[in-house]
Amino acid sequence: MDFFHVIVVLLESTIRVSVPLIFAALAGLFTERAGIFDIGLEGKMLGAAFAAGAVAAITQSVWLGLLAAILISVALSLVHGYASITQRGNQIVSGVAINFIVAGSTVILGEAWFRQGGRTPALAEGARFQTINFPFADTIREIPFIGPIYADLLSGHFILTYLAFAMVPISWWILYRTRFGLRLRAVGENPGAVDTAGISVIWMRYRAVICCGILCGFAGAYLSLAMTAGFVKGMTAGKGYIALAALIFAKWRPFNIMLACLLFGFLDAFAIRLQGNPLPLIGQVPVQLMQALPYILTVILLAGFIGKAIPPKAGGVPYVKER
Amino acid sequence: MSNPYAKLPGWVEYGLVPLVNLAVAFLVAGLVVLLVGENPLEAAYHLINGAFGRGEYIGFTLYYATTFIFTGLAVAVAFHAGLFNIGGEGQAYVGGIGVALACLWLDQTMPWFVVFPLAIIGSALFGAAWAFLPGWLQAKRGSHIVITTIMFNFIASSLMVYLLTRVLKPLGSMSPQTRTFAEGGQLPKLDWLLSIFGLDIGTAPFNVSFLLALVAAFGVWLLIWRTKLGYEMRTMGHSPSAARYAGMSESRITVITMMISGALAGMMALNPIMGEQGRMQLDFVQGAGFVGIAVALMGRSHPAGIIPAAVLFGVLYQGGAEISFEMPSISRDMIVIIQGLVILFAGALENMFRPAITRLFSTSSRRAAVVAQTKGA
Repeated sequence: MDFFHVIVVLLESTIRVSVPLIFAALAGLFTERAGIFDIGLEGKMLGAAFAAGAVAAITQSVWLGLLAAILISVALSLVHGYASITQRGNQIVSGVAINFIVAGSTVILGEAWFRQGGRTPALAEGARFQTINFPFADTIREIPFIGPIYADLLSGHFILTYLAFAMVPISWWILYRTRFGLRLRAVGENPGAVDTAGISVIWMRYRAVICCGILCGFAGAYLSLAMTAGFVKGMTAGKGYIALAALIFAKWRPFNIMLACLLFGFLDAFAIRLQGNPLPLIGQVPVQLMQALPYILTVILLAGFIGKAIPPKAGGVPYVKER
Repeated sequence: MSNPYAKLPGWVEYGLVPLVNLAVAFLVAGLVVLLVGENPLEAAYHLINGAFGRGEYIGFTLYYATTFIFTGLAVAVAFHAGLFNIGGEGQAYVGGIGVALACLWLDQTMPWFVVFPLAIIGSALFGAAWAFLPGWLQAKRGSHIVITTIMFNFIASSLMVYLLTRVLKPLGSMSPQTRTFAEGGQLPKLDWLLSIFGLDIGTAPFNVSFLLALVAAFGVWLLIWRTKLGYEMRTMGHSPSAARYAGMSESRITVITMMISGALAGMMALNPIMGEQGRMQLDFVQGAGFVGIAVALMGRSHPAGIIPAAVLFGVLYQGGAEISFEMPSISRDMIVIIQGLVILFAGALENMFRPAITRLFSTSSRRAAVVAQTKGA
């Protein structure tokens, strides 16, 4: 029973840390499927988290905070889009640039506006997301096995958590069952063909980039409005890169993304839980190894030792209309 | 990919275009300063004064520049072969192991000029080894170098935390760093070089590795433009299919290029470890690997451009410290913004102002041609 309890707690924290990864990886899915590499997930998430924290602190409204997060993230996405679609610049360089600009300006602006060492003020009840408790969660918790699963795993999360998991099938439906999705994927594989069909490759890619911005906005808002009560400098702490790794690990497929994010989230939660406790059979495992494991796994996958990750064909190549 | 823009005169291509991009980056940075409620001109004054105001400040500026020359060269070498090495940060971090091992081994028995060459070799070897795997994976298994090098940065960071907290830390010490090296593990300062110009170095850690950086810059120029390997690298960078058609081994060039790039990044570790701290600390790289990207883009991947670009970032780092001292609301994170803006405008948006500049020069040269014709007639 005690072991079962540990598992439930572990899975619960897995879900909690996976949410921003799922949002960000799905965001990456939209752009990368449209042929635009996006290293800037990290920066967009951080910018969104800052905007959410700052606006929610000033207006005391969680929804305005969320809106600000999405707006900032979309704006940053459009900068990336302008550089890589219109100006045909190097997409990786542009993503790196965005990460730096955001990393610096969130600290500078946060310090100038709030003077709390790069933090935004701690948010009160109404200015952040509250967990949603399912009906009868407390009564059912006493029932063995099903009780804790219902009360702790399914119930008691933020609305954004449910949205993140809902976005997985929704993204799948958009990408694989709508005309928009078909064209978006086509633009990433063979933009020339899409152009021949009379559809604007440029506009298509811009729309993909906007989708990415919206999803990164949710990821950032989750960090500063749900997971913690306010923005802390550098709070993404490489989550954007882990999401990127998850995206590749999932071979650019929505459901795999959810699983990859849950796996990486689990490793994270497990590493925190472990903190110096020896594992049965293996013994002491350095925390650093656990932290590096998502990256190591991704490298191994990329090397083609666990299946083959084939990126969208036109990824990273700016589209030049033939004359 | 063919360049859709007309060829410009050399001084425009390598001088004016980067300067215009840089100017725009600084204008936007100025806007951020305004947004914070400070005066951008005052910030600029503190920046220049903080970087050049005294001999000591110049020493610090050049100390930072040394670091950035190494990482800038590392990125540039990879750029020439069409590879984007984002892993300079990790390679420099791991390169530190080589420096630390050489110093820990010999610092008490040997003078610095014996330890230094060994540390150079050590840092280059460890840096190259850390870049080898991403290079090899790209060459043989087709995994994207950008993603693998990013992953390797994180793995390096975890590895170094492990090593510094468990292995390299002296017994009984709490802080995650090696012991402080004896005389032999510390590089002499270049105070004589500054005193030629009548400057007093003060406490600035400007040291011999600056000279090594200059040698490395010259070496990179030789390699890229005067050797067979460099020719192959540039060919592959311009057109991989042409390189393949000419019988060059793509995988060989990829792996070798990445190792050279990693070695250069690794050598960066000499400057902070042997030149300043006299020990290896956690996070001693402090983002220099990423600054290298901005430096290489600014310097258009040419050593002659990289050195001034590295000095520019040295100015930003040293002057930026002064700004944050004088104007507390502008912390050193301002540098990170400027760095990002430079990467954006000199890298991703490099073509934004080019059409306008091209138009300007094509009309003026046409007018000159017309004038010449009428004179001739």
